Amino acid sequence: MLTTDIILTWIHDFDKKISEKKDYLSELDTPIGDGDHGNNLARGAEAIEAALNKETPADATAALRAIAMALVSKVGGASGALYGTAFLEMAKTSRDTTKTADLLAAGLAGLQKRGGATTGEKTMIDVWAPVVTATKGGQLTQKIIDDAVAATKPMRATKGRASYVGDSSIGHLDPGAVSSGYLFTSLLEAGGAK
Amino acid sequence: MSLGVVVVSHVPDIAAGIKTLLTQIAADVSITIAGGTDDDEVGTSINKIQRAFTENTADELLAFYDLGSAKMNLEMAMDLSDKTIHLYNTALIESAYTAAALIQAGTDLAEIEAQLAPLKIK
Ligand SMILES: Nc1ncnc2c1ncn2[C@@H]1O[C@H](COP(=O)(O)OP(=O)(O)OP(=O)(O)O)[C@@H](O)[C@H]1O
Ligand SMILES: [Mg+2]
Repeated sequence: MLTTDIILTWIHDFDKKISEKKDYLSELDTPIGDGDHGNNLARGAEAIEAALNKETPADATAALRAIAMALVSKVGGASGALYGTAFLEMAKTSRDTTKTADLLAAGLAGLQKRGGATTGEKTMIDVWAPVVTATKGGQLTQKIIDDAVAATKPMRATKGRASYVGDSSIGHLDPGAVSSGYLFTSLLEAGGAK
Repeated sequence: MSLGVVVVSHVPDIAAGIKTLLTQIAADVSITIAGGTDDDEVGTSINKIQRAFTENTADELLAFYDLGSAKMNLEMAMDLSDKTIHLYNTALIESAYTAAALIQAGTDLAEIEAQLAPLKIK
């Protein structure tokens, strides 16, 4: 269940992880991208913190919407449009339900609408999809998250900047998959996965 | 009904350079650009794209972009805009040039789109 409190705990922890792992995420983005994923998301994390500190959200919808708008306007890359759309779709769905599985499923649908990718293309979708499935069954675990992230390593990228290097993308973790892994680890730790 | 051109690139200089190229042959066409992030770094900014939409004086816009995230931010900005905006998955420079030249010549949208079709690369 995603209450306003759980959402705030979840996202504050995610922002903290992003600022700690900023350099690592940008490093991952270097061989198969343009080396900015950590910096992009760190800008977003700062903007989220600023928005949430400025005004305490009245409810879950307002919290999710504030997170989305910070990501959309400050990240400035594919990941900003993608995470931003995911949170915007979660915000919309949160008017009708607080069920984590339904909210994450709406987020995943938003990601797919925005980026046109499906599973197996070496993107953050490869983490979101198994996480949504596991959450529906009420059994998201750290191992499911870690395995999904690791599974992007042997994939060949066919979407995003990594697709331009073709076969050379094989053998590297996808940076967006790794940052999505942090997002769901934070969710587990905040108690929002059930 | 007037047609205008919007150019979105990851790099401010690329967007500005394309505008220079287009203005030379389409002085009467409204051409607005969004290049780079809010801090003028490499990337795309939905704020800049929204500004390019509102500053364009034409009724209907033809939008062109370079790489993936430019398209995603363009589509987000299109969702939030009231204007009629057409997005083309075509080679950026060639297609923006083609559109500007044809608009300047008074060509209608259907004919412009027919000429853009072979430039589709993404
Ligand atoms: N079409 C897509 N669908 C889903 N995820 C995508 C897509 N394109 C890119 N991604 C994800 O985004 C991550 C890259 O995010 P990043 O912040 O580095 O943006 P970027 O690609 O550098 O953006 P830009 O093109 O503006 O420079 C990838 O690792 C991948 O997980
Ligand atoms: Mg990048």
